[in-house]
Amino acid sequence: MEWLALGSIEEIPALGGRYVDTPQGQIAILRNENDKIFAVSNRCPHRGGPLSEGFISGKIVFCPLHNWQIDLEKGEAMAPDHGCVKTFPVKIEGRQVWLGLEGVTP
Amino acid sequence: MNPVAVQHRKARLVVVGNGMAGIRAVEELLKMAPELYEITIFGDEPHPNYNRILLTPVLAGEMALEETILNPLGWYAEHGITLHTGSRVTAIDRVKRQVLTEDGCSAPYDRLLLAIGAAAAIAPIPGNHLPGVFSYRDMSDVEELTRSSELGGEAVVIGGGLLGLEVAHGLRARGMGVTVVHRRAWPLDKQLDARGGALLQKAMEDRGVRFLLDKESAEILGDTHVTGLRFTDDSEISADVLVMTIGIKPRIAIAQAAGLQCETGILVNDTLQTYDPRIYAVGECVQHRGQTYGLVAPLFEQAKVAANHLAEYGRMRYQGSVTSTKLKVTGIELFSAGDFMGGEGFEEVTLLDGNQGIYKKVILQDNKVVGGLLYGDTSIGPWLFQLMRDGTDVSAFRDNIVFGETHLGNSGHAGENQASRLADGAEICGCNGVAKGSIVRAIREQGLFTLEEVRKCTKASASCGSCTGLVEQLLASTLGGFYDSSPKKKALCGCTDFTHQEIRDAIIQQKLLSVRQTFARLGWRHPGGCATCRPAVNYYVRTAWPAEGLDDAQSRFINERAHANIQKDGTYSVIPRIYGGVTSPAELKRIAEVAERHNVPMVKFTGGQRLDLLGVKKEDLPQIWAELGMPSGHAYGKALRTVKSCVGTEFCRFGVQDSTHLAIELEKGLERMWAPHKVKLAVSGCPRNCSESTIKDFGIIGVDSGWELYVGGNGGMKVRAAELLCKVKTHDEVLEMAKAFLQMYREDAQYLERTAPWVERVGLDHIKAIVVMDVASRQQLAARLDFALSQEKDPWAEAVSGCLNIHAAPLRRIPA
Repeated sequence: MEWLALGSIEEIPALGGRYVDTPQGQIAILRNENDKIFAVSNRCPHRGGPLSEGFISGKIVFCPLHNWQIDLEKGEAMAPDHGCVKTFPVKIEGRQVWLGLEGVTP
Repeated sequence: MNPVAVQHRKARLVVVGNGMAGIRAVEELLKMAPELYEITIFGDEPHPNYNRILLTPVLAGEMALEETILNPLGWYAEHGITLHTGSRVTAIDRVKRQVLTEDGCSAPYDRLLLAIGAAAAIAPIPGNHLPGVFSYRDMSDVEELTRSSELGGEAVVIGGGLLGLEVAHGLRARGMGVTVVHRRAWPLDKQLDARGGALLQKAMEDRGVRFLLDKESAEILGDTHVTGLRFTDDSEISADVLVMTIGIKPRIAIAQAAGLQCETGILVNDTLQTYDPRIYAVGECVQHRGQTYGLVAPLFEQAKVAANHLAEYGRMRYQGSVTSTKLKVTGIELFSAGDFMGGEGFEEVTLLDGNQGIYKKVILQDNKVVGGLLYGDTSIGPWLFQLMRDGTDVSAFRDNIVFGETHLGNSGHAGENQASRLADGAEICGCNGVAKGSIVRAIREQGLFTLEEVRKCTKASASCGSCTGLVEQLLASTLGGFYDSSPKKKALCGCTDFTHQEIRDAIIQQKLLSVRQTFARLGWRHPGGCATCRPAVNYYVRTAWPAEGLDDAQSRFINERAHANIQKDGTYSVIPRIYGGVTSPAELKRIAEVAERHNVPMVKFTGGQRLDLLGVKKEDLPQIWAELGMPSGHAYGKALRTVKSCVGTEFCRFGVQDSTHLAIELEKGLERMWAPHKVKLAVSGCPRNCSESTIKDFGIIGVDSGWELYVGGNGGMKVRAAELLCKVKTHDEVLEMAKAFLQMYREDAQYLERTAPWVERVGLDHIKAIVVMDVASRQQLAARLDFALSQEKDPWAEAVSGCLNIHAAPLRRIPA
C-alpha cells in the first residue's frame, strides 16, 4: 500500500467532501465537525450517488440522491437499508491529508 | 501519606414500574445520557416490558404473548440495568432515599421515577371478589380469561366503554356467548352520541354480542363461583365469567403513603416532578394540570420530558396533550376527538348513511374544528385531528369537510385514502416501494408508535411525504385506541427537541448568525446536525439576518451548493434564467453553440418556459456558465424559479393586459430569492389563463380593469387551486403585493413547506389582513424582501469570476 498526499485539510470544506480520481474509481474524502477525515468509495450502495456531495455529520454521510445514511467507520448503510461501501485508510500529518491505496505508484 | 482515592460512583436511578411509560422514559434517557445512572427497575408482573395495546389481539387469539414483548430481557442486560420482575414495591422511604419491596428488599436511589400505572376500577357491589370475576388490565388477566373462556359458556362484561367492547369482541372470538351491560342508553357514550352509539350497537350485535343498556348492577350472584348478575330493577342474567371494565384508577397508594401530593393521580408539574423534586412520575399514575391520561402518545410525551430532566438537560416542558380515541375491534371503524356532542354555541356538519353504517359529525366553533366523531369510515380522522390541534380556519372548505382532504382538490393519491380497506400488498409509499403489509408488520413486530419510528424502520413516507396521511391511518388502525397521531409539538429533527418555530425565535432573539452557532447555543445532540436540520437552520439564519448571517454552503443541499441540479448518474443540469420565458435568436444560438461544443447529451424545454442542458459533468459547470453568459435560473433551489407568461396584448388578439412585460418585471424584481421551498409564478394576459396562473404559488390574471392576484396554488404533488388574494390596477401594485406576500411566506412558513399548505395552515384571511388591508405592513414586508435580495449575487457570475468555489474539479487525480 502506498500513502498518497492529497493536499491540505483546508482544501476539503469543513462538514463537506471532495473526491479523488483513482485507477480504482472515485474515492470520496469527507471531513466531519472534528476535522476527522474519512475515505470511502464515492458510490452509494443504493443507486451509486456521489457520497462526496452528501451531508456529513459525526461518522455518517447522507447520500445526496435518496438520503441513505452510510456509517463511514464500518462502510455500511444504516438500518433499515443494507449495503456496503469500501473504506480506505487515511491519516493526517500536520495539515497534510494522506490516502492509503493499493496498486498505485507513489 | 497515600492519596485517598475518591470514588466517583454513578448516580442511582430507581424506576418503579416496568411498563410502557417507565421503559420509554428509560429509553429516552439512555439516548441522551447513557452513562449517567446506575439503573434499577422494579416491575410487579413477571414479564419484561410488553405492548399493553396488544392485549385484545392476544385475548382474541390473533397474537401470542411473546409477540407483544417490546424489550426482551437481553435489552436490560445490554444496558446494564438491574431488573426485578414479579417484585412489588410497597413503600418509599424519602428520608433514607430508598424503596422497599414486598419480599423485603430495598434499593437506594438518588432519583426515583414512578411509572406504576393504573388499576382496574372494581364496582363496590356484593360478590365482586367471587372466582370467575375478572378485571382487564394486564397479561395475567388475559391469561386467566383465556383459560376460563376455553370452558365456553356465558360471559357478562360490565361497562360498555372502549375496553369493555374490546373484551367482548375478544371473548366472542374465543367462542363464548357475550353480553355487555352498560348503565347508559348507548355504548361508548364517552366517545359517541346516540346516533353513533346505535350504529355501533348494531354492528356489534351483528357479530353476536348482546347488549343490556340502562342497567345498573346491584349484586354478583354465586356462592363459590360467579353464576349471574342481578340489577337494581331486580332482573337477573346468568354468567359463567364476569369482566368489569368500568374504568381505571391511577395507582397512588405508595406515593400517598410517602407524603407525595395526590388527587386522582400523583400530582406532577410541567417537568414531571412530584412534590419531592428527587421523585419524578410518568404515565397513567400521573395527574398533570388536572388531567390524567391513558393513551400511549401523551405518556410517551411525558416520558420524553422526564428523561430530558433526568439527563440534566433541563430544557423541555410538558404542557398537556390533546387526545383522540379509536376503537380496536376488527372491522369496526370509530374515531372521536374533542367535543363531539356539540349543542348551544356550536355548529355541526354531519353525514349519515345508515345502510352503509357511515356516520360523520364535525363540530365547529368560530370556523374551527373543536371536535368530531367518525363511524364506519375514519379515514379523515388524522386530518380532522390535525385541523383541531392546529386551530385551522376551515371556512374555505367547510362544505366538504366530512369528505376529507381528498375532496379539496388535494388528490395526491386520489381513491387511495382509506388505508384500512387496502389489501396487504397495496403500495403505500410510492417513493420507496413500501406495501401496507410491511408497514403493519413493522408496527406490530417492532413495537412502533409514531410516524417517525415507521419512517425510520420501513422508510415509508420518508421521502416526498405525500403518503404521510396513509401511514398515520395505518398506525391508527393497527394500534387502535392508544394511538394519538403525531405529537402536538414536532421537533425539527432527531438532533433537537425544539420545533421549527422555537428555533426561528431563538435565531432572531439571540441573534444567532450561523448554523454552527445555532447548534451550539441550542444544545444540538449531534454537533454536525443532519440532512434535515442543516438546510433548515441555514435558511432560518439567512432569512432572519440577510446581511450578517453566514450562508454556509455545507449546510445547503448539493444542488444549492453546486448551483445546478444533480441527476441520477451524478451529472448536473444547467438551466439559465430566461426572464418571463421570452428569449431571442442570439440567445438561442449561444445556448445551442454551448451545448454543441460541450457535447451536452440532452437539451430539453422545461415546464417553466426555459431550456435545460442535461448530463453536464460537475467539472464543466463553471466553463459552461462562462460561455452562456446568462444568470442562474435557480432551477435547482428552494428559491424563485420561473415567472411563466402568455403572449398578452403585444400579439394575442384576446389579450387585455401586457402579461409578458409584467412577467419580466416580476422575475427581475424577485430573482435570487431563497424561500422555504420552490416558488413559481405565472402571469396570464386575460381570463383564459393560458399561463395556468391558478396553480402557481403566486398567480396573476389580467382582466380589463387590472390584475387579479391568486395565491397558494400548486400543480405538482397535490393539486390545489390558488385563491384570490386581491385585485389591483398597476404593475407596481402587483410587484409590491407579490413581494409582501412572498416575504410573509419566507418569514412565516416552515422550511420545505410550500405556499399551498402554508396558506391552508395560516388561513387566507390572516394573510389578507397583513398583506392587503394593512398598507404599512405590506410596505415593510416588501422593503425587507428588497433588502434581502440586495444581499444576493448571481452565483454563476460569482463562480465564473472566482469569488465562489463550487469545488468542481477532483481534489487530486491519481494515475495508475
